[in-house]
Amino acid sequence: MGQTIAEKIISSHVGREVKVGELVIAKVDVSAVQDGTGPLTIQEFKKIGKTKLANPERTILFIDHAAPSPRKELSNSHMVLREFSKEYGAVLSDVGEGVCHQRLIETYINPGEILVGADSHTCTSGALGAFATGMGSTDIAVAMALGKTWLKVPPTFKIAVEGEFPKGVYPKDLILHLIGLIGADGATYKALEFSGSTIEKMEMTDRFTLANMAVEAGAKAGLFVTDEKTKAYLKERGREDKFKKIFADVDAVYEKIINIDVSNLVPTVSCPHTVDNTKTVDELSDIKVHQVFIGTCTNGRIEDLRIAAEILKGQKVHKDTRLLVSPASKDVFVQALDEGLVKIFVEAGAALVTSGCGPCVGVHGGILGDGEVCLATQNRNFQGRMGNTKGFIYLASPAVAAYSAIKGHIADPREVF
Amino acid sequence: MTLKGKTFKFGNDISTDHIAPGRLFHLRSDLPEFAKHVLEDADANFASTMQKGDFVVTGNNFGLGSSREHAPQIIKIAGVGAVIAKSFARIFYRNAINIGLLLIECDTDGIDAGDELVIDIKQGFVKNLTKDTQTQIAPLPDVMIKLLNEGGLIEHIKKHGDFDLV
Repeated sequence: MGQTIAEKIISSHVGREVKVGELVIAKVDVSAVQDGTGPLTIQEFKKIGKTKLANPERTILFIDHAAPSPRKELSNSHMVLREFSKEYGAVLSDVGEGVCHQRLIETYINPGEILVGADSHTCTSGALGAFATGMGSTDIAVAMALGKTWLKVPPTFKIAVEGEFPKGVYPKDLILHLIGLIGADGATYKALEFSGSTIEKMEMTDRFTLANMAVEAGAKAGLFVTDEKTKAYLKERGREDKFKKIFADVDAVYEKIINIDVSNLVPTVSCPHTVDNTKTVDELSDIKVHQVFIGTCTNGRIEDLRIAAEILKGQKVHKDTRLLVSPASKDVFVQALDEGLVKIFVEAGAALVTSGCGPCVGVHGGILGDGEVCLATQNRNFQGRMGNTKGFIYLASPAVAAYSAIKGHIADPREVF
Repeated sequence: MTLKGKTFKFGNDISTDHIAPGRLFHLRSDLPEFAKHVLEDADANFASTMQKGDFVVTGNNFGLGSSREHAPQIIKIAGVGAVIAKSFARIFYRNAINIGLLLIECDTDGIDAGDELVIDIKQGFVKNLTKDTQTQIAPLPDVMIKLLNEGGLIEHIKKHGDFDLV
């Protein structure tokens, strides 16, 4: 019987062929934590009593969630990570280097690997053909100590995507549409495998956006075949030798196949307070927007910033709206500077936020006021997510975000294309 | 093992932001203090009115969102006897197993706020003493039973020096 991508990668890390539903102990290639989950991970790691990390050069500590620190308690947590990195030889990615998931794909993760991270959006690296999944601090502590983890081999939903995106419609609209379709728990415990002619043509940046949001349907992983685009992405970052062909067998067994034709898709928005509460953009044109945020591990890459800049060039942000932009990593930031995008944003009236999670986590950098509305390119709009239970968060593509910032209300970017 | 307590009822899709809000990020280094705010953004009075051993009863997809283990940690530290839900989000479920917080999956429609419940793990039911009804619970997976009995994943690893689950 053929295997899915999830079964193949897990099999290669268990040392035998595994089946869906089996509980296995699998080798872990990379373990990651961030400043919100890292201190607890370190506390639990120390309880195990190991004096060494199983794989120090592939244990990565990211300071991105509250970076730079807005409070002394968080500064102290950052110190815990820095000290641990020095003492145990773990890799540190400090303030300003970027969101962990962006840094992981840029620098650390290769096709066929298993990544476990103490952050739910760890699934982002699935676009590189890696089995990447989010877990809690204790799980990561054990992975750091032993270089392995326990996993239940997940069943897979195949998401088969066909058709061409209409102008002004993007993969972000596709993933929001999909989550609206199957629900915020529609794929709990499952792996999603994205395939079809649309996915084959899709750029890596957009594959990352899809993989990133797999967890918003409850999924354990969002997986992709590797191809020439994967190879080019790795080559650009000096890792061409790490390329490996990752694919599912033609007779792989899927629990469900979901077919989507994107040629009729329209800009889609997730409304408060759940990601699956989706509407089309035209239903929301009377929603006034106080804050627009472009950035995050979902849509803070250079391609996203280019789309936003194209719309914002020579325009002004609406007088009742503020625009925050955070390039997802230092590399993205530098490229945005080189390409003149930052100038376009600032001249349009945007404020730049340090590369990192920015206001998405509700710790700093753009907390909402009572009753305020934020339209963001991030992945999550739960009540209280951006630091205030009385705030309202809408999720959309960078194009919807940029155009809404100009109009002052939720607006359809197809008007400008 | 049987547990007895009173019910606090919540709806569907209670996220880790409801349980352990990001705006209280700085309390992650002080879990007993953080536990005083547990579930605050779903019910502002919960932490101050609940008694040790009481149950959190909820609908579908409890604990969705972030991987923050602080969410099940502060539920446990607050003294909640068990979380009873129709379903749980994956990472939350795993975290709860790892730290030894009891989760019960069953139909919760017939349970209202204030109802007094008895959970019988061995027999596999939740008895509603207030309404005199009984609901069957989904059997706990073996891995959960083992980790719960051993006091969580860290204790398991310390005891066996490695995984001993398969």
